[in-house]
Amino acid sequence: MKFVWVIFVFLASREPLLASIDAYPFPNKELTGRYEELISELRCPQCLNTNLAGSDAMIAQDLRREVHRMLIEGKTNEEVLDFMYYRYGDFVLYDPRFDLKTLILWLSPFLLFIVSGFIWLKTVRTEKETLPWEEEDQKKFNEILESRVD
Amino acid sequence: MSFQKSLFIPLAAFLSMTIFLGFGFQLENAKVLPSALIDKPLPNFQLRDLQSGQMLRSASDLIGEVALINVWGTWCPNCVIEHPELLKISREQNVKIFGINYRDNDDEAKTWLRKYKDPYVFSVSDDQGTLAIDLGVYGAPETFVIDKNGVIRKRHVGPLNAKVWEEELKPIVDHLKGLEE
Repeated sequence: MKFVWVIFVFLASREPLLASIDAYPFPNKELTGRYEELISELRCPQCLNTNLAGSDAMIAQDLRREVHRMLIEGKTNEEVLDFMYYRYGDFVLYDPRFDLKTLILWLSPFLLFIVSGFIWLKTVRTEKETLPWEEEDQKKFNEILESRVD
Repeated sequence: MSFQKSLFIPLAAFLSMTIFLGFGFQLENAKVLPSALIDKPLPNFQLRDLQSGQMLRSASDLIGEVALINVWGTWCPNCVIEHPELLKISREQNVKIFGINYRDNDDEAKTWLRKYKDPYVFSVSDDQGTLAIDLGVYGAPETFVIDKNGVIRKRHVGPLNAKVWEEELKPIVDHLKGLEE
């Protein structure tokens, strides 16, 4: 019985998935969904690595209110993201835009892929170049093995 | 490249990552966001004047000459720290300072200004933080330099002190004033 209580208390005290507690009313499920999507993909400018949904910082509260306002006004997701990008720059977007500043960020995976492919090819070729295992080698190998058996 | 040599590639990659990240984390301004609003016009607004509590102020009240715009709040400990420097600038320098009272209570803000003295030509009461958001502010204090056309030319995040003023803000203010004449 005690055990059940422990589980109950544990479940009851579990942290909510979203730290934000402000309940903004939306007229329909679609807007609620977009709201949640937006606040989870926007980064809180004051925090090093928390999204708007997960932060209780003052600025995060204000920005959630702004996202709500804009969605109610009928703005598209793109317009909301533009609004944030204009004010806070690349930092707020967890999905950074492709431009000159973020070029390295976007291209480095492909670069690494090409470099590693190159290294892989080189390695494979080096392995092929090693001499084939002749009968004599096997003999020598066996001799060495036998000599090691005490 | 021989196979033996290529064995060193992971080590080289690891070392370069270490150096790269080591420098990255040591940057003093790792927490300071690059300013998205530099060279953009001051956003427009309609906010209450803090002292009168009635009169509405807008961006045009701030535009006309090179000026500082300081974002402050009574809840912000660093604002108390930087305050003497603002007072000093308002006394000794020929530059106007406007205040944005950010996410604050008007009465507390006025008491605060009486206690620590008021360096501002006027402050506007941004109790919802909307102007702050339009300025890309994410904390306080922050200080902006605008030119005579109301274009944002410089932003400083964090408290002002003599060093910041002398090295970062004053040269820009002087430069912009030079253009004015």
